[in-house]
Amino acid sequence: MELFWYIVLMTMLTIYVILDGYDFGAGIIHLFFAKTEKDKKAITSAIGPFWDANEVWLIAAGGVLFFAFPTLYASSFSGFYLPLIMILWLLIFRAIGLELRGQIHNKMWETIWDRAFGIASLLLALFFGIALGNVVRGVNLGMVTDGVSEHEPHYFFLPLWNSSFSPHAEHLGIIDWFTLLLGVVGVVALTIHGANWIIFKTNSDLNQKLKKVIFNLNFVMLALVIISLFSWHIIEPKPFHNFIERPWLWIFPLIAFTGLFGLFKVKSFKKDGVGFLFSSLFLFGGLTTTVASIFPKVLPSTNDVNPSLTLYNVAAHEYGLSVGVYWFVIAAILVAVYMFVQYRIFKGKMDDVGYGEH
Amino acid sequence: MEDMLFYDRMQFAFTITFHYLFPQLTMGLSLMIVYFKWKFLRTKIDKYNDAAKFWMKIFALNFAMGVVTGIPMEFQFGTNWAKFSELTGGIIGQTLAMEGMFSFFLESSFLGLFLFGEKLMGQKLHFLTGFLVFLGSWASGYLIIATHSWMQHPVGYEILENGKFVLNNFGALFSNPWLLPSYLHNQLASVITASFVVAAIGAFYLLSNKHSEFGKLFVKTGVIFGLISSILVAFPTGDWTAKNVVEHQPVTFAAMEGIFETEDKGSEIILIGQPDTENKKLDNKIAVPNVLSFLTYQRWDAQIKGLNEFDESVHPTNIPGLYYSYHIMVGLGTIFIGLMLIASIQLFRKKLYKTKWILWSLMFMLPFPYIANTTGWYTAELGRQPWLVYNLLRTADGISPTVSSGNTLFTLLGFIGLYLLLGLLFLMLAGKIINKGPETTKQI
Repeated sequence: MELFWYIVLMTMLTIYVILDGYDFGAGIIHLFFAKTEKDKKAITSAIGPFWDANEVWLIAAGGVLFFAFPTLYASSFSGFYLPLIMILWLLIFRAIGLELRGQIHNKMWETIWDRAFGIASLLLALFFGIALGNVVRGVNLGMVTDGVSEHEPHYFFLPLWNSSFSPHAEHLGIIDWFTLLLGVVGVVALTIHGANWIIFKTNSDLNQKLKKVIFNLNFVMLALVIISLFSWHIIEPKPFHNFIERPWLWIFPLIAFTGLFGLFKVKSFKKDGVGFLFSSLFLFGGLTTTVASIFPKVLPSTNDVNPSLTLYNVAAHEYGLSVGVYWFVIAAILVAVYMFVQYRIFKGKMDDVGYGEH
Repeated sequence: MEDMLFYDRMQFAFTITFHYLFPQLTMGLSLMIVYFKWKFLRTKIDKYNDAAKFWMKIFALNFAMGVVTGIPMEFQFGTNWAKFSELTGGIIGQTLAMEGMFSFFLESSFLGLFLFGEKLMGQKLHFLTGFLVFLGSWASGYLIIATHSWMQHPVGYEILENGKFVLNNFGALFSNPWLLPSYLHNQLASVITASFVVAAIGAFYLLSNKHSEFGKLFVKTGVIFGLISSILVAFPTGDWTAKNVVEHQPVTFAAMEGIFETEDKGSEIILIGQPDTENKKLDNKIAVPNVLSFLTYQRWDAQIKGLNEFDESVHPTNIPGLYYSYHIMVGLGTIFIGLMLIASIQLFRKKLYKTKWILWSLMFMLPFPYIANTTGWYTAELGRQPWLVYNLLRTADGISPTVSSGNTLFTLLGFIGLYLLLGLLFLMLAGKIINKGPETTKQI
């Protein structure tokens, strides 16, 4: 049962990253590449009817985490207190940036909310990357100092950084050079992803330029992936032990690299949706590879005193998990129907939706 | 430790109070928009569709505010109340996860269609999407109140040796005797907010001589919805809710009503007075003898337990706050019934639109349903103290063990600043929509 909910949770989080990821990416493109009013309108129309529903995946995944793995929810949410609250603030800024921009037609007003939307999207992509870095690196569970736990073995608290910015320090910070590296990976990956979505959903003048951007950024992405794999070795002596024991897991990195290399052909794709498909594959493969490499851990411990959190020692009780399957299956079917209806009605190019103009 | 608990409570209280200003209008207003839309489908009179469209604009803005202030609520269980989440997550996580899966997806998917898809879908489908948004928001309320009810009156659980609460009966979460009365009471209260808002804007249009046609429609609809909901919120649902408190939380009931001592010959009902918890008495009171006993047990001399019967360790932690919250809610509720009754009589006599003092009253009444809803929730939440899970888990034992008070104060200040900005923006933009008024469909 734990494994079932683990797969459900990871699936929901991956869907969230792929869906809301294109919103963040669109925001970053909006910040750096949209020069004209027409470009900006194209970008907001491309994500307009979707971003709100995409964000629900985060809330729903949070709910499933709470109910199926309460100990992990409690431990990680209190331990990563500050960055999580800041993510909330950024989500608020992104949302009001999108929702309020069109309410008043005034150059200054629009500029303020354009920037709020763009900067919040950029920081969110960075923060989510850093979050992934923290999960891979692990935390000082129980807040052990000199071999003694100061708290219960599954609780911890991380400040935003410590002075050394080292992932090997006894007292870790949220931001160190390793997690920051993954933050940059997040920004670049989602920028590419967002650009692909804009190409897919609009006929904007930007599209030709965006194809070049994707092509160039893809080299950066490849370099970052290689650097990340090497630094992973520094953090974790045996990063591939899971893959050696279970060779079928190689499918995940394979998917990631298919997505990555596929995108080098971005300039010659016949259909506009193909690029988005490849960047989705890359995100899916990248996330699953990361998660598979630490499996069954969900939050590794960096000390020898307290054990890592695994999906088995953080799960709720058997009865609750089993009974949850019934309502979850019904709800999941309904969600699939809603999404089908929604994407069906807003299918094709979005230039004419006129999002935000009431 | 004291500081940690204090700031955790302040942050939750502040963020939930601000958040709930928006859903209470969302839930009630979605019902009224569905009504306008249905009226249009039946009569084909454009006025109703224009009214629906106008309120959809307010609704969209209000809904967005509700969403952005709602996400922090789900996160805060984990960030600030980690111990509580760890111990009870297997149970309250069920209903909260169901809210995400059943109602948020429904609302967010169809709201976009409802707002932008009228031309794309035709009127009947448009009505349907509106109805689904209404359904989603009311389902969300139901699952939140189911969670709330479990904390007030825990059912279907067992406690393991390590202190964890585990679910052993899923159905019990929904047959909880606390759930239905609280849910109906709360939903009717949200209809009150919406109908007073609709009536107030209508009165504003009539008094300022613009959009008079819509002014009349809004006042009329607001008054009819307002009368029905104001009565039903007090009787039977308010009465029913109070009886739950008497039965399951007698010490809370004593504190709410300001009863310090048990009276053998029946308890008086206190209308006004200031509790003096140091000397255990009520100052400057105005009270009616024996009425409380009658309302509670339908016997004039029935005995009601005073606070003196309970150990101080289980007394609600903020007795004056609880007492005032409850009395403000009840007082305002009574005024709502009175005003709506008079307005309805004038409406029936076809004199309402010319009775200026009622229109002025309706307009200035706008903030008060918000206050009544807020104090109603304070009554429930302060009444549950000092417990998170009634009689089983103390609030002080539920906070995050590793988050320092300095960190919580930092985020609390951040939330205050950010929400102040949100509040100003909301008022400004809502004011703009209201000032512009409904647009009439052009006759071709």
